[in-house]
Amino acid sequence: MNNMERLKRQENIRNFSIIAHIDHGKSSLADRLLENTRSVEGRDMKAQLLDSMDIERERGITIKLNAVRLKYTAEDGEEYTFHLIDTPGHVDFTYEVSRSLAACEGAVLVVDAAQGIEAQTLANVYLALDNDLELIPVVNKIDLPAADPDRVAAEVEDVIGLPKEDAIYASAKANIGIEAILERIVKDVPAPDGDPEAPLKALIFDSVFDPYRGVISSIRIVDGTVKAGDKIRMMSSGKEFEVNEVGINTPKQLAVEELTVGDVGYISASIKKVGDSMVGDTITGAENPAEVPLQGYKKMNPMVFCGMYPIDSSKYNDLREALEKLELNDSSLQYEPETSQALGFGFRTGFLGLLHMEIVQERIEREFGIDLIATAPSVIYSVDLTDGSTIRVDNPAQMPDPQKTERIEEPYVKAQIMVPNDYVGAVMELCQRKRGNFMTMDYLDDVRVNIIYEIPLSEIVFDFFDQLKSHTKGYASLDYDFIGYKESKLVKMDILLNAEKVDALSFIVHKDFAYDRGKAIVEKLKKIIPRQQFEVPIQAAIGQKIVSRTNIKSMGKNVLSKCYGGDITRKKKLLEKQKEGKKKMKAVGNVEIPQEAFLAVLKMDED
Amino acid sequence: MDSMYVHIPFCNRICTYCDFNKVLIKNQPVDDYISALINELKTYGKKSLKTIYVGGGTPTALTVSQLDRLLKFMTEHFTVTDEFTFEANPDELTTDKLDVLNNYGVNRISLGVQTFNNDLLKVLGRTHNFDDIFKSVNHLEKIGLTNYSLDLMYNLPGETFEDIDMSLKYVGELKPKHISWYSLIIEPHTVFYNKINQGKMTVAGGLEEGEKYDKVIAGLDALGYPQYEISNFAQPEYESMHNKTYWLNEPYIGAGAGSHGYTGDERYYNIKPVNHYINNMNEHGSVVKEKLLLTQNDKFEEEMFLGLRINKGVSEARFTEKYGVPVDAVYGNVLKSLTEKKLLTRKNGYISLTEAGRMIGNDVFVEFLL
Repeated sequence: MNNMERLKRQENIRNFSIIAHIDHGKSSLADRLLENTRSVEGRDMKAQLLDSMDIERERGITIKLNAVRLKYTAEDGEEYTFHLIDTPGHVDFTYEVSRSLAACEGAVLVVDAAQGIEAQTLANVYLALDNDLELIPVVNKIDLPAADPDRVAAEVEDVIGLPKEDAIYASAKANIGIEAILERIVKDVPAPDGDPEAPLKALIFDSVFDPYRGVISSIRIVDGTVKAGDKIRMMSSGKEFEVNEVGINTPKQLAVEELTVGDVGYISASIKKVGDSMVGDTITGAENPAEVPLQGYKKMNPMVFCGMYPIDSSKYNDLREALEKLELNDSSLQYEPETSQALGFGFRTGFLGLLHMEIVQERIEREFGIDLIATAPSVIYSVDLTDGSTIRVDNPAQMPDPQKTERIEEPYVKAQIMVPNDYVGAVMELCQRKRGNFMTMDYLDDVRVNIIYEIPLSEIVFDFFDQLKSHTKGYASLDYDFIGYKESKLVKMDILLNAEKVDALSFIVHKDFAYDRGKAIVEKLKKIIPRQQFEVPIQAAIGQKIVSRTNIKSMGKNVLSKCYGGDITRKKKLLEKQKEGKKKMKAVGNVEIPQEAFLAVLKMDED
Repeated sequence: MDSMYVHIPFCNRICTYCDFNKVLIKNQPVDDYISALINELKTYGKKSLKTIYVGGGTPTALTVSQLDRLLKFMTEHFTVTDEFTFEANPDELTTDKLDVLNNYGVNRISLGVQTFNNDLLKVLGRTHNFDDIFKSVNHLEKIGLTNYSLDLMYNLPGETFEDIDMSLKYVGELKPKHISWYSLIIEPHTVFYNKINQGKMTVAGGLEEGEKYDKVIAGLDALGYPQYEISNFAQPEYESMHNKTYWLNEPYIGAGAGSHGYTGDERYYNIKPVNHYINNMNEHGSVVKEKLLLTQNDKFEEEMFLGLRINKGVSEARFTEKYGVPVDAVYGNVLKSLTEKKLLTRKNGYISLTEAGRMIGNDVFVEFLL
């Protein structure tokens, strides 16, 4: 391709994302766009094509990103190249969303015709506006009985400022309005700027590890061109690699001669871990490097930490290998070895958020077959000691004694909650109970309210989302941003089983709530920990002071009395069932503790 | 194979706790069932057996002529050298039925007493009462069939420690040769299970069950019935030979609807529904529903968790002889850890449960699963 051809091609490229709340129909719309542009042949069509991980499809959410090239012949007779860039739909992955939006010139904003705008959607709209994206509002699911598209279009105008006349009424499921959306992408989304002859600048918006080819990064070319054999440089680290292959997703990977301005595709360069090809970084040419990288790169730091221990302690090395493999594919996963008196050898592991944590735990159990005990998640506390030094504590068990502590600070977030006005009271009560500070509240329309609180991150981590959902019959939506550290009156609560401190059960709690929490947790643990062969006292203590205690009664007899008329197979099945149950428990001293016990602290407000 | 279990899946009433393969006898093709059963027994050929155990359901739910027909065939076809047991319900063990059993050489009766408390008998859905127990024992004594066992239960809903004392007192008076005393297990597909799920009934379990178990063991021991298996007690020389076949992990034939058998290499079981059993026997000449081939590990496991049920324990020499490897080669670590915890002992070439180990036998058995 010569330069004239490149510039000509560039004019017919349209790069866009779809912004939508979970369940508002993003994946169905993507499927429909692929079908209507005949990008996917029937045999490749799976429902929700862009979500490629099993866990994503099961949970109906997108975790890893995908980008796909579509060819569309518009009403003006021209053929256009569309790149649809998918975005993850969860608050843990806000940064990834912002980078994939940065790879676009436009976004299709999908809002459910019955539900209206949700907090998550609004947060992503702001990210899109930050990146100067052209927005195309689509009111989806208009064929639902509860649909009220006019109201929702008006809401979009009021809240976001997109004229309601511009909204496309559609139903991805019923294939209504899809042509209109495709035409609007051609007309409204600008063609990419950029100079094919300038030094290479390519934005990395996703990186995955392939065991055979190394890291495959999804990139958007902003300036210049790149092809196999080129030497490239990562602008944040200065590391250099030689390109093996560049290509596009159709959605199958297809190698191409070169990628040039406006192109969205993949690059592989024998990179061994995703940490060397970080999301948000800029790739440039090693021989003719750009002077300034693209804006917006930042290294993502974990916000939530937990201890992960193999139930079978001989699986420690397997767990380390599993984490090493996951790290290849997940640059925000952090881990380091830690030892617990109760649980033995394991890893303190850091995550972007709770969903990220659950996904990693689930993958370790599912893909690597290691049964895990995970401790309750913790945030990072900043602790000023009496000797004048400051330490960071990401494991409650490591919190220094009160007499050595000058002050403790904890991370706060700004939480934005959108909810129908009937539930404002319930939301405020919950936020108050979670130590939140009320900031503002405004009406989005007649019924929907946007409430903003500043809340300690640890309270968000402790079961906030589930409770928010249950207090609002599922109507509330939540988004939050880290805002900084603030001082709090915090204490460490220890749990003793059989008079022995179980370090993995320690947690940090606000002084004013300590007594009630101590009482609640021993009662909760009494319910969760099965009866043992002997009586087991449970105590909650702050320092040396016992604040609450109870006993788990001894289990007494446990032996099958019957013969089952020679049915030995049945007898064995019963024993195997018991063995399975045991496998899910960790022996701490003489006491068998199920995984649930370590998360009891999260669910204490339930009863 | 030296032992055989024969199943009679009919009852005059369904007990509230029972999940064995059984149906109400009313309107059932009982005669056809006996014909099919006889045909199944024929497939095993004429042979000499050490033990036969006829259980149910309720074998005594059959009529005198049905019993006569079945036993006539069995005794013509098989020779029983040692122990020929029939299960019986106290109210159904009439003199005429007892005469039939006695005439055909049945030499041991397992009497389904369950409890001596009339209120509890009602809760269990039993057809007999307190007086029936004594009447039937009287019949047995009169006819000279003195090798009988009382089948008892504890941990029943609403049962007190006094109920156990009462049972012990009557055991002392009746002086049976053998006692089986099972703890109630709540099984799915029973009235009890449903009642408990609906919150209409509770059973003690756990600690209280343990205390009752201790009381049963000590009480029977004092009366001259040392425990020889988790739920079985006998005067010297009267341990049940047939049941020991199961615990010593030796082969046995299982005949009749839903019966289980064991060849030493595979476990098999028969079709359960009475009609299907009859039809399959008539049409295909076979009633085995499924065979499970045992792996070497299966055999190790079963040898241990069955053998440990007996107080005497698992013979180390026999283990080596049967499997060609010493028990330590398979279970060295497990044995070491369990003896350290004082749940097992190893003495005179036997591995056996301690008292503490017996109380939590399942936790011990689980350790032997490979």
